Amino acid sequence: MKYIDEFRDRDKAATLVREISKIAQSFRQDRPIQIMEVCGGHTHAIFRYGLEGMLPEQIELVHGPGCPVCVLPMGRIDDCLAIATQPGVILTTFGDAMRVPGSRGSLLQAKANGADIRMVYSPSDALTIARANPDREVVFFGLGFETTMPSTALTVLEAERDGIGNFSVFCNHITIVPTIKAILDSADLRIDGFLGPGHVSIIIGTNPYEFIAQHYRKPMVVSGFEPLDVLQSIWMVLRQLAEGRAEVENQYARVVSAGGNAAALRAIERVYELREFFEWRGLGSIDYSGVRFRKAYERFDAECRFAVPNVQIADPAACQCGDVLKGALKPHQCKVFGTACTPETPLGALMVSSEGACAAYFRYAAKAA
Amino acid sequence: MCLGIPAQIVRIDDAERMLATAEVGGVRRQVNIMCIVDEQHAPEACVGDWVLLHVGFALSRIDAAEAAETLRMLGELGEVQAELDAMGQSR
Ligand code: SF4
Repeated sequence: MKYIDEFRDRDKAATLVREISKIAQSFRQDRPIQIMEVCGGHTHAIFRYGLEGMLPEQIELVHGPGCPVCVLPMGRIDDCLAIATQPGVILTTFGDAMRVPGSRGSLLQAKANGADIRMVYSPSDALTIARANPDREVVFFGLGFETTMPSTALTVLEAERDGIGNFSVFCNHITIVPTIKAILDSADLRIDGFLGPGHVSIIIGTNPYEFIAQHYRKPMVVSGFEPLDVLQSIWMVLRQLAEGRAEVENQYARVVSAGGNAAALRAIERVYELREFFEWRGLGSIDYSGVRFRKAYERFDAECRFAVPNVQIADPAACQCGDVLKGALKPHQCKVFGTACTPETPLGALMVSSEGACAAYFRYAAKAA
Repeated sequence: MCLGIPAQIVRIDDAERMLATAEVGGVRRQVNIMCIVDEQHAPEACVGDWVLLHVGFALSRIDAAEAAETLRMLGELGEVQAELDAMGQSR
């Protein structure tokens, strides 16, 4: 428990850890209880605060696919490069996306080779660049779950309102519910309960998760990101399991409601529609897991405006990202972890962003072990 | 990009466009407040609000004590600076 002294309320943390251990000991099963945190933000928090080390060995945290940068397949990066290298294009995106490897290198490498690729903090900055460069085509490489989906949508609505003709989005937004459903439907999975994503849930609310409890009979607790939040949420999942309940509970009620954020949901509804399927790195194709722009917003869709090769490229053979994403392997059990694959030279996407399980493991857990 | 950071709304720039200036750690930038405005909470009422800021959009109001605690924790881990650098870079 090396970090617990630094917590805001260490008595509370110690009590939670005690209660978690007490419940864990009461379970009579020959394998650990597996709890999956769906959100990359939680993965990050779990590693940086060393939460895993505080838990009794009967509890295993499985780091889910909730890092939107990590799950982008190589083909989408190659498509993005194809757009970026067309004459007159300025490609803009978040810093995290710059280092994701495609089959012909990353955006960062393409930038070094002369492509006009600019890192932005916000999609609205991409629109600002479009306003300042009317003779260029400015493309925003948009990605993320429902947390960032409204920001892209609102930016497109602003571009529409201001009649900005040289702005479009290469849309790689993905949606959380079909993703969780795909995980629940995979045959080799034995997850006992879920920590629900905090910031995604600010937008969509807790109602969309009801099927997890009702249909799959698994507990889900929507959790905040501070260490105490995560510990308390783990405790809430365990309590449900101990009492034989399967419910959607909300630990993060200070910002998450049942119905979500109405303004954000309106913007999402107006701009996007579901794609029939979307390809994930390591997980293959998941039905209805991605979104694209509706017909009315087609002119802001880079896939309609540019010739996009739409390439499909298998992950490198050595990568075991899929097994790590599904919780079948721990990051350090991948054959290339820490050798061919490091944060400086990522082979798989889970090594790229600080929210990726492998990068987090490399930075925090591997050192502590 | 998904972590976000608490910031305080210090000024309304354009109520009709839902644009305001937010400040955190001495860094100011323009943000969109669409998601924290509703019939009970007009744009003008947002000045002084602490919000959870994600890629330039205020996602939710949070209380001042929570904002301070989150900033303290992110600060210890060197993550406030990373976020501030990101906020500054594309302006
Ligand atoms: S170590 Fe690299 S290749 Fe292996 S699972 Fe992690 S990110 Fe993928």
